[in-house]
Amino acid sequence: MSDTMAAREVDRSHMQVSDEIAIDINGMNKWYGTFHVLRDINLTVNRGERIVVAGPSGSGKSTLIRCINRLEVHQAGKIVVDGTELTSDLKNIDKVRSEVGMVFQHFNLFPHLTILENLTLAPIWVRKTPKKEAEEVAMHYLHKVKIPEQALKYPGQLSGGQQQRVAIARSLCMKPRIMLFDEPTSALDPEMIKEVLDTMIELAEEGMTMICVTHEMGFAQAVANRVIFMDQGQIVEQNNPHDFFNNPKSERTKLFLSQILGH
Amino acid sequence: MSDTHSNTAAYVRDTMLPQKAPPSSQVGAVRWVRENLFSGPLNTTLTVLGVLAVYYLVANMGPWLRNSIWNANSLSECREILAGASGACWGVIKDRWHQLLFGFYPQDAYWRPVLTFVLMIVAAAPILFEQVPRKLLWFSAIFPGVAFFILWGGSVWFPVFVMMGFVVGYAAYIALQRVSGLVATIGALAVPVIWWVFLAGPIGDLFATIIPIELPHIASDEFGGFMISIIIGVTGIALSLPLGILLALGRQSDMPLVKWICVGFIEFIRGVPLITLLFTASLLLNYFLPPGTSFDIVLRVIIMVTLFAAAYMAEVVRGGFAALPRGQYEAADSLGLDYWKAQRLILLPQALKISIPGIVNTFIGLFKDTTLVVFIGILDPIGLSTAIRADSDWNGLFWELYAFIALCFFIFCYGMSRYSQYLEGKLKTDHR
Repeated sequence: MSDTMAAREVDRSHMQVSDEIAIDINGMNKWYGTFHVLRDINLTVNRGERIVVAGPSGSGKSTLIRCINRLEVHQAGKIVVDGTELTSDLKNIDKVRSEVGMVFQHFNLFPHLTILENLTLAPIWVRKTPKKEAEEVAMHYLHKVKIPEQALKYPGQLSGGQQQRVAIARSLCMKPRIMLFDEPTSALDPEMIKEVLDTMIELAEEGMTMICVTHEMGFAQAVANRVIFMDQGQIVEQNNPHDFFNNPKSERTKLFLSQILGH
Repeated sequence: MSDTHSNTAAYVRDTMLPQKAPPSSQVGAVRWVRENLFSGPLNTTLTVLGVLAVYYLVANMGPWLRNSIWNANSLSECREILAGASGACWGVIKDRWHQLLFGFYPQDAYWRPVLTFVLMIVAAAPILFEQVPRKLLWFSAIFPGVAFFILWGGSVWFPVFVMMGFVVGYAAYIALQRVSGLVATIGALAVPVIWWVFLAGPIGDLFATIIPIELPHIASDEFGGFMISIIIGVTGIALSLPLGILLALGRQSDMPLVKWICVGFIEFIRGVPLITLLFTASLLLNYFLPPGTSFDIVLRVIIMVTLFAAAYMAEVVRGGFAALPRGQYEAADSLGLDYWKAQRLILLPQALKISIPGIVNTFIGLFKDTTLVVFIGILDPIGLSTAIRADSDWNGLFWELYAFIALCFFIFCYGMSRYSQYLEGKLKTDHR
């Protein structure tokens, strides 16, 4: 288990789950060709929830969250994000995407733009924010992720951890209501994982609705209000972190936890 | 960890070592020579052979260049002065340089291509160098019309109203955007066509009678020399890049019809030699066009050369797109950028940067391919060298003419090559 969490006490005062539904996934199925990647996924996420999705590789967890902003197209069932159903309607897709932030395993910063330009691009071109205002917002979030001094550098000049924090700030600049994290620390050196997790914890403390695919079980225990375990494209088990880690119900979950926590 | 000191095998460094300079035998010119020129038997042999080859070349070219004759009015005069020795007869360049540059363009109008050339540099500057004020881009936008007017002459209103077509198209786009994006796009394409076909001509004629501003008209068949190479080359370069980008995007499109048209076009053009396209332009096109339409030969050649280069360009740019990580597309999508914004702001700048060497390669190829127009009767420098030799004064002279033509082409192509290296250096932001 990750030791990085122990040092910090998580402030839970703003972590409130409301009754409002943020994401509603109903009977969702997806195939890659004939391969059934996601099977009958039913998942309702309320506003303010912090959900960690765990599971072995190939279990469909990344595919699941990538369906939520339609980077992947589902073939059956229904996904409603903030009251907008995801269909092939491009207007709806762009609307959902501008409300849902996403952080990737490999950061995916734009290497030809400076950090500041990376952050202001979407607000300026999608939200039509005036350039000056967008830059102010960008600097605010760069302060928040603690790297304002890097604003005029290019992504290639930053460390992995710094790049990932920039990527988080880039998503936040769009003022998203939901944040998706797709293995945000998997490509980082151990020394840099902590700085990214700290940023994510701060975000959780402010009450952001978050879905994180991650192997950082320490993060899950500290922050999540729900842990979802997936295997072979299905949700096998979901529970609050305490019961999930201490009292797993299914055999598959027990096996997974014994392997991931055993050393 | 309190037992660390009792463990004799443990070691803790308390002073860090400073940096040292490398040994003196490992730096300097001697080491470079030994390592790069004489590192082994094979390398030594190649070095010696290389030096011999350079010597052979210089020893043979040297006297020919040293005995250069500039003041002679015919090849026989050159031979008299040389009296049997080997020597270059540059008198032909001194006598005929204007033909090599301007073809049979009227001599008293040479200021027109020269002025156009200067204006071309002004128009290109803001596109090539970002230090140049952005406002000059307005001149770049109207330069094609200005160049057409100065070079070909005639009424100023004809190019003005042809250029107005773009303004009309833009106005239609803005006006129709309130209806819907699709209608606006169709309007932006259809309205200029209607303008050009039905309105530009009559309105141009009307203005020409009311306010006659014109230069003496010079027909395309008087154009020639490097002037024609540059006209065809620069227009082809300027048009083939955007067209190539559109074809590359079309080839990747999700819409099957767009994709098939682009693939079909690219594969057809790439599968056909340029010279057949040029023959099509010069001969066959007249059969397809309605009788009586006169379609300027230079314009026809420019269209063919552009289409030819665009097909190659499309594949070069597609290579750039293919080299982009999938994550760049996903990041652009996840921020809510629509297709065109994602292409314009994220993907295209990176794809073009990757493709710079290939793009410039295609540009250079296109520029040199303009010499093929000699086969359809346009007097480019190669064609003029034949024409000059037809004069009994210079009959039998080859090397000097070709050397001059080669030098002019080299200056242009090397310039493009250097610019591409400058651009690559400037755009290098990945810090690998």
